[in-house]
Amino acid sequence: MTASPRYVINAALLIFLAVLPFLTDWAGDSFYTGLVSRILILAIAALSLNLLIGYGGMVSFGHAAYIGVGAYVVGIGAFHAFEDGIDWMLNGYAQLAAALFGSAVIALIIGAISLRTRGVYFIMITMAFSQMLYFSAVGVETYGADDGLTIYSRSDMLGLIDLNNEKSLYYLIFLSLLVVLYLMHRLVGSPFGNVIRGTRSNEARMRAIGFSPYKYRLTAFVIAGVIAGYAGFLMANLNDFVSPDLMHWTRSGDLIIMIVLGGMSSLFGPLYGALAFLILEELLSSIPLTVGGLRIGEYWQLIFGPLLILIVLYARNGIDSFLPAARKEE
Amino acid sequence: MTVNILTVEKLVKHYDGLLATDELSIDVRDGELHAIIGPNGAGKTTLIKQLTGEISPDSGRITFAGRNLRRLTEPQRSHIGLARSFQITSLFKNFTVLDNVRLAVQAHSGHSFHFWRKVKDDDRLTEPALDILREMGLDDRAETLVANLSHGEQRQLEIAVALATKPKMLLLDEPMAGMSGEDSERLVAHLAKLKSRFSILLVEHDMDAVFSLADRISVLVYGQAIATGTPEEIRSNEKVRQAYLGEEE
Repeated sequence: MTASPRYVINAALLIFLAVLPFLTDWAGDSFYTGLVSRILILAIAALSLNLLIGYGGMVSFGHAAYIGVGAYVVGIGAFHAFEDGIDWMLNGYAQLAAALFGSAVIALIIGAISLRTRGVYFIMITMAFSQMLYFSAVGVETYGADDGLTIYSRSDMLGLIDLNNEKSLYYLIFLSLLVVLYLMHRLVGSPFGNVIRGTRSNEARMRAIGFSPYKYRLTAFVIAGVIAGYAGFLMANLNDFVSPDLMHWTRSGDLIIMIVLGGMSSLFGPLYGALAFLILEELLSSIPLTVGGLRIGEYWQLIFGPLLILIVLYARNGIDSFLPAARKEE
Repeated sequence: MTVNILTVEKLVKHYDGLLATDELSIDVRDGELHAIIGPNGAGKTTLIKQLTGEISPDSGRITFAGRNLRRLTEPQRSHIGLARSFQITSLFKNFTVLDNVRLAVQAHSGHSFHFWRKVKDDDRLTEPALDILREMGLDDRAETLVANLSHGEQRQLEIAVALATKPKMLLLDEPMAGMSGEDSERLVAHLAKLKSRFSILLVEHDMDAVFSLADRISVLVYGQAIATGTPEEIRSNEKVRQAYLGEEE
């Protein structure tokens, strides 16, 4: 099989991301490593959400909740290690296990209830659950309430990898992204993925040919939640800080915007979407122009909003539609 | 003694304030093609939906292959051998022809909690699907997206998907709907072949097709079977002529 132009563009992007820390070293500005680290973490979360939205037709509007769960595990672990001297709670593997398990359990509970509804009700109920978690975090004084928690010590990976080194952390994030991309690729083409995509396409026919889609959809919901929980684990280590804001419904909205912007019926769409979203935010908010005493950069959403509307109106599958066609996927 | 694969006894269903099924009793013998005809609104599709489990009857009893269907869900009924084609084409539109049939084969090949295996490389799913496409004359369209098929081809695929579920009995809801003369002739030929292998309940408006294919015909009017018999008996039945066939002359 010869490489399609699409394949070359995707590969070029990944190679660029692989060498980025060295480029920023060379440019003498490590700011961009941090920015791209954040973008890639959100891309991982957006990829997991796209399993639900793009492939499964389940518009979950509370996906940031799992990022919050994963991040709070790291924050709470570091807090008790620091305040109470419970050293094992700083152990990165224990934190990781708790982050994945915690997000799985919460996704299982939210999914089991939400997936009994469809359409707008599903959107509203997933959003309501995530807001419940948000307000729970706001309410817990011990862990900083709405001020959040500063993480004084990043997860201790016992010498395997040093998360305090920004470059090591970046490569952990980048490798995680590659793994999640490959996982999604396999998942979508598997018998399980076939059921998820078929249910999006025609649920009535799925039942008529003998599928009970609920248990498959719930499994997809949990898989997506766990991956987002993992993104939260990375996010807490990158930011050295967690706050309820991570779980606010607008954060869930941002993830959906990334998917729509990048293209939801393609594997790489959410990655392009996350890159475009955060780079545009960075660029637009640094516009130095001042009109009538107002700095335009502070109101970057005024420009971003119409741009998003144009893309939704004119590009049926976001940025993905501007890339050369791949061989047909479905 | 003949054995019934499907027995419907005193089925009642109120639907949108109407009595859509009114103490209806019909049966389908093993290996038989039983056609149901009747004017629009006679309750034909409502009957099919009650048989598949999409809606549940108010009262009455449905027995299929010796089992009472009351507590069985739609997917469970598919697994004991009841397959259905839809009056309004209901396919996976953004999938290829082969993917549509393969998905139906997959539904009857154990559970689908396989996260790693590639569907496209799985001969256990692909081979049976291709066999069915060959049988229905759609094999040269295997890689075509459903959205790009002609109406006639979509109607044929509709039946191919039902066949892929290893059925004992087919419930065909107006398979010829909207088909051109040539296409429906081809489909009649296909159904004539299928007849020898499956019990079939056929709901159809195309009288030529019904009278050439059916072993027995039931005439449904206002949710009741006003007559059941061989094509000859139905043709000469006075009540049927008045209620239904007369309309066409």
